[in-house]
Amino acid sequence: MAENFEQHSDISAADLARLNQEAQAEATPSTAKIIWNEFKADKPAMAALIIVVGFIVFVMIGALFINTPKMMETNIMDYFDKPFTDGFWLGADSGGRSVAKQLIVGSRNSIGIAIGLTIISSTFGIAWGLVSGYFSGYIDWGMQRVYDFMMMLPMTMMIIVLVTIIPHYNSVSLTFIFSIFYWEGTSRLIRSRTLAETQKDYVAASKTSGTNHWKIIFKEIMPNISSLIIVDCTLSFAENIGVETGLSYLGFGLPNQTPSLGTMIANANDPSNITLYWWTWLPAALEIVVLCLSISYIGQVLRRAADSSQRQGAAD
Amino acid sequence: MWKTILRRLMIMVPEVIILSILVFLLAKAMPGDPFTGSINPKADPAQIKHLMAINGLNDPWYQQYWNWVVHLFHGNLGNSYQYQEPVTRLIEGRAGNTLWLAFFSMVLTYAFALPMGVFAGRHEGKLPDVIIRFYTYVTYCIPFFVILVLGIWIFGYVFGWFPTTGSVSSDAQGWAQTIGSHFYHILLPGILGALFSTVNIVQYLRSEVIDAKHSDYVRTARSKGVPSKDIYRHHIFRNSLLPIAAFAGYSITGLLNGSIFTETVFSYPGMGLLFVNSISYRDYTVITALVLIFGLLNLLGTLLSDIILSIVDPRIRIE
Repeated sequence: MAENFEQHSDISAADLARLNQEAQAEATPSTAKIIWNEFKADKPAMAALIIVVGFIVFVMIGALFINTPKMMETNIMDYFDKPFTDGFWLGADSGGRSVAKQLIVGSRNSIGIAIGLTIISSTFGIAWGLVSGYFSGYIDWGMQRVYDFMMMLPMTMMIIVLVTIIPHYNSVSLTFIFSIFYWEGTSRLIRSRTLAETQKDYVAASKTSGTNHWKIIFKEIMPNISSLIIVDCTLSFAENIGVETGLSYLGFGLPNQTPSLGTMIANANDPSNITLYWWTWLPAALEIVVLCLSISYIGQVLRRAADSSQRQGAAD
Repeated sequence: MWKTILRRLMIMVPEVIILSILVFLLAKAMPGDPFTGSINPKADPAQIKHLMAINGLNDPWYQQYWNWVVHLFHGNLGNSYQYQEPVTRLIEGRAGNTLWLAFFSMVLTYAFALPMGVFAGRHEGKLPDVIIRFYTYVTYCIPFFVILVLGIWIFGYVFGWFPTTGSVSSDAQGWAQTIGSHFYHILLPGILGALFSTVNIVQYLRSEVIDAKHSDYVRTARSKGVPSKDIYRHHIFRNSLLPIAAFAGYSITGLLNGSIFTETVFSYPGMGLLFVNSISYRDYTVITALVLIFGLLNLLGTLLSDIILSIVDPRIRIE
């Protein structure tokens, strides 16, 4: 074959190898590689990534070794122990329960719900936005009216009311209740991008050749806006951490005896706790701040990676 | 333009109807009935049944819904079980506090956001821009209630600069002191609310200014010899200001929805705190009324924004 090629071409084997190399160097790198380069170029982003991933892995594994019902038992002897006394790294709360252990289990619960909420609400929002943007006209109009109506509902109040109506709820049903109200932002964003994408030639070509609508939507348009989807999911994950913790802070999230970052911050509602026993709530508050900042910083980096004009990573 | 507004109002009608049905059904789904509060051990079950019958509680739901709507238009939202007074009077007393706080926050939001947006756009890529962008990034991603808790801890308790509870201090005498005390109480929640709702306006204004910098009218003004300061103040800022005005409606709905958190953290007696308390006491008439009112306020907020937008931007008008 190579011999045959040499007979018909003026290009020498050395040139061919060089050209191949050049072509490979110029080819667009894979998405994963672009993202990885972006993280390598941005040291704070790398730090944020390590913090977030390391922390999530730590609490998920750490919580397995903690016996929650035993941890939540009241022990009056350790009433408001200061940090680093009696073997409590972060002190104890009004019931003598270890703050550090509650923090680990609470983080597991809060992050777990945030991940679940992100998956459910983003899936629904993406599907809604794609369908609404692709089939413009009456379908889009109808779906937009539903969107308008959902936006009008006082979200926090509706969630609280639903939580009070449902007699026995757990973290799964709670996640579903939250999901009813948190898909709108994603759907709006995806819809506007889909509207633009639908005007493009490849969609028109697909339509002309008789491809199934659903195949065009989910196999052609969706991969083309995947970078937007990744960025949006990351940013909504950061936002969703605030959803459950906020509701738990008000006392309408996870049930009592189930630690959550929100219920820990709720310790600050007591005027004497907030100043005298700051260690019962401040670590949880700072943890949320650090987590949200890091996750949304990662989101910014992903956004940069998705937009070739803003990339900082080397294009190797 | 009037056509657009009229059309917008027409869309609102089914939304209001669906909202009221939804709120009514939620109220029906809540455990208990309007007489739960007045039951005592000596009450005769037969009498309760009779009361339910004459008040139409055994009617089909659409009949009950119709009665409820008729009462609504008469301004009758029922009685609060916890406070034993009409819900309308109860909410009247609280609404002022919430609306003043939201209004004050909104004014501050604009006062902070407008200069920051223009400044960041003007010095694009330089240090002030980097600082302002960092600020919007931080305020965008930290949950609001965490900021409120940290804020009340630092400024209310540690430094002791601001009151941490209530809407007016009990020893305020005379109208001047009362108003002053009211203002003092909304200062910290107002500032925190404003600092953390500027993101949209700052980012929008910044990109508007950056776009306008390269537009023809700015180049003309520059070549005429208009000083740079005046170009930003009179030409670019004025052009970008009108769309920004349309954010007012959305911004006020955002602040109202945040009021549940603000009022809980600051124990500020407004509608949000009333809602949280009513949930704890299962005071259903109050809960229903508040969900309805907040829904309507949200609707009015978006309506306001849409009307301003249609005045400002002729492209979205329907002729």
